[in-house]
Amino acid sequence: MNAAILPDTTTPDALWIKNGRVIDPANGRDATGDVFALNGRIVEGLSAGQRAGARVVDAAGLVVAPGFVDIHARLGEPGNTARETIRSATRAAAAGGYTTLVCMPDTTPPADNVGTVQLIKEIAAKTALVHVHPAGTITLGHRGEKLAPIGSLRGAGVVAITDGIGGVQNNEIMRRALEYSTLFNIPVLDHCQDSSMTRGAVMHEGEWSVRLGLRGFPAAAEEIVVASDILLARLTGARLHLQHITAANSVQLIRQAKAQGVPVTAEVAADHLLLTHAALHDYNTHLKLAAPLREEADRRALIGGLADGTIDAVVSDHSPVTPTEKDCEFDYAPFGAIGLETAFSVALEALCPARGGAGALPLALVVEKFTCAPARALNLGAGTLSVGQRADVVVFSPVEAWTPSADGFHSRSMNSPHIGRVLRGRVRGTFVDGRQVFPFA
Amino acid sequence: MIAATAAEWTRKDLTAIEELSPSEIGAVFAQADVFKPLLESREKLVSLHGQTLVNLFLEPSTRTRTAFEVSAKRLGADVISISGNASSLVKGETLRDTALNIRALNADMIVMRHSAAGAAAYLARVLDIPVINAGDGAHAHPTQALLDAYTLRERFGVGPGRGIEGRRVTILGDILFSRVARSNIHCLTKLGVRVTLAGPPTLVPGTFAMFPGVRVVHDLNVALEGADAVMLLRIQHERQTTTHFPSLGEYTSMFGLNRERMGLLAPHAIIMHPGPINRGVEVESEIADDPARSVILAQVNNGIAVRMGVLHLCAHRSRRQPEQ
Repeated sequence: MNAAILPDTTTPDALWIKNGRVIDPANGRDATGDVFALNGRIVEGLSAGQRAGARVVDAAGLVVAPGFVDIHARLGEPGNTARETIRSATRAAAAGGYTTLVCMPDTTPPADNVGTVQLIKEIAAKTALVHVHPAGTITLGHRGEKLAPIGSLRGAGVVAITDGIGGVQNNEIMRRALEYSTLFNIPVLDHCQDSSMTRGAVMHEGEWSVRLGLRGFPAAAEEIVVASDILLARLTGARLHLQHITAANSVQLIRQAKAQGVPVTAEVAADHLLLTHAALHDYNTHLKLAAPLREEADRRALIGGLADGTIDAVVSDHSPVTPTEKDCEFDYAPFGAIGLETAFSVALEALCPARGGAGALPLALVVEKFTCAPARALNLGAGTLSVGQRADVVVFSPVEAWTPSADGFHSRSMNSPHIGRVLRGRVRGTFVDGRQVFPFA
Repeated sequence: MIAATAAEWTRKDLTAIEELSPSEIGAVFAQADVFKPLLESREKLVSLHGQTLVNLFLEPSTRTRTAFEVSAKRLGADVISISGNASSLVKGETLRDTALNIRALNADMIVMRHSAAGAAAYLARVLDIPVINAGDGAHAHPTQALLDAYTLRERFGVGPGRGIEGRRVTILGDILFSRVARSNIHCLTKLGVRVTLAGPPTLVPGTFAMFPGVRVVHDLNVALEGADAVMLLRIQHERQTTTHFPSLGEYTSMFGLNRERMGLLAPHAIIMHPGPINRGVEVESEIADDPARSVILAQVNNGIAVRMGVLHLCAHRSRRQPEQ
């Protein structure tokens, strides 16, 4: 058995993680070895003196990889601190192996102005355990009517723009947003949904919505916007990134677009790799997701899309909602599930061959989907163990079993679809800028 | 007599037909058979004597609420009816708090109608007293399905060459938004009835054919051909607005049951409707009033015996539990 990584109360300048299986997809590295960091950066090696004063972590039997990069998370601040704070979300992130988060702008008030972006950055600077990059809105108040000050938002440090749940409904607005975004080379993220087709919808439209008597999101409502977004990206040449894709036909549309050279990337939420709409059979509001769980054929198509590179990244789609808000009739419960602490384990469960996963992805490819691939999609310059990079590192066991429980989350919320489910693959240690942030000191 | 049927009933709640076994459905029918002959006498029974039943109707209803009230009173219960609007409830008190408050007022049973699917099952998890679903969104309306099947059984009798197994029942109209249709699909197919669902594809999506024993037919003539019974569903024109069919007039011309179409049915076929009827929309007035064909009022009357059966079974099951 491998030794436990204990909390670190010291803050040495040097870090030496030794004897692990180092998986660094960006550099094609997958071999047993050591990872070194000095003054927060990855280095080739440490001198004898530096080694003597280093924090040494024995990773024998464990995997050492770049810290995970989540490009789709909601951190609760500003405005929803009952659900989450940047402090609690980044603790959850650290426990889940993440070292970089991109936070969605549909906060209260929304990040459609420089002040809110600065506030998020200030709170993060004071309280965050991991790197936090804000996204801005595409339109004012993410209402889809008038463009937000995208240039100013970029100046304030947003790494992407998106209108979040609901997406952009008007093709003219989307076209102009994409066109304008090329001024700043900033990726435009869209939640693909034709809302004229989804009034009252609370789950995937299919056999289970018919059984349960619930209104459904037809897959076509997503596919239509995937198609129109791709056409607009081709028209404008802008960087388009499609968020939490759920439908098999969407995967096919993206595959075609990439083959034609359209500058598009795409992500899938980890839960969609493991679960389908059948999981909603008892009206569990923790499974009520804005990108709905769909059918087995969709789940398999998503895995196929990851395998062949059509889908670039796996995201947590972390959406904290308080127990009180979720404890109600299914129709009235807010959408969303937390995911930062479970996403990687869920993805391993769904994807890895040793576990009978349908997609049979090599572990290194799964790691890529959590590290350099999402970072590349949003130009974040993270997710690698290249010398000179920030020393953001995760150490995990790919086989250790654990069972999420309602009171075991570091997030302020506990709206997880995985409470009581045995998951395999567990984060043992997380390091940001060469400093250990998990296990917590 | 009572113990013989109650022994087969182990449920605290009745929230949906889907989870019932055919023998549990039989237990309800047997209990309704016990109560039905007593309805004429106007005599009050003692089954629920000293118990308080709360009718929590968070969506407008007259007949189901009244039927439960009559049923509970005939069984000797005290009945309190609370009407409201679920959406206004959402803004203030939660369903959990409403229910816990009702429980704290010493209610012994709750009958609930709610506009949200799954609400009854939710309430049944929250409360330790019986919860009877009187309709939850488009999901389920179990007592309506039980009384419909009970009425069919009564009409077609029992014994060789009789009974409802193998009969053909066509459910016509707004299936998509109908809890009555869903509960009837489960109830009838469990009893061996062959079910045809008919109406425009916008209201009767092909997905419904996934249920074993169910076929979906959009040609009304085919759907009616040789049917032993037609269950009409109310067209909820206030709900579908403009997107599911062009107009009530067009609906009536294409899917309304009229005298001409009656000729397609089996000669003995009966007409059913859960009410309230839109006369002249889903059915011609004369057909609804034809005593040889229409069992619409018999359904209402059977609704009392069947609901008495359900209340009795759930109450007598639930009372045993705390003593164990």
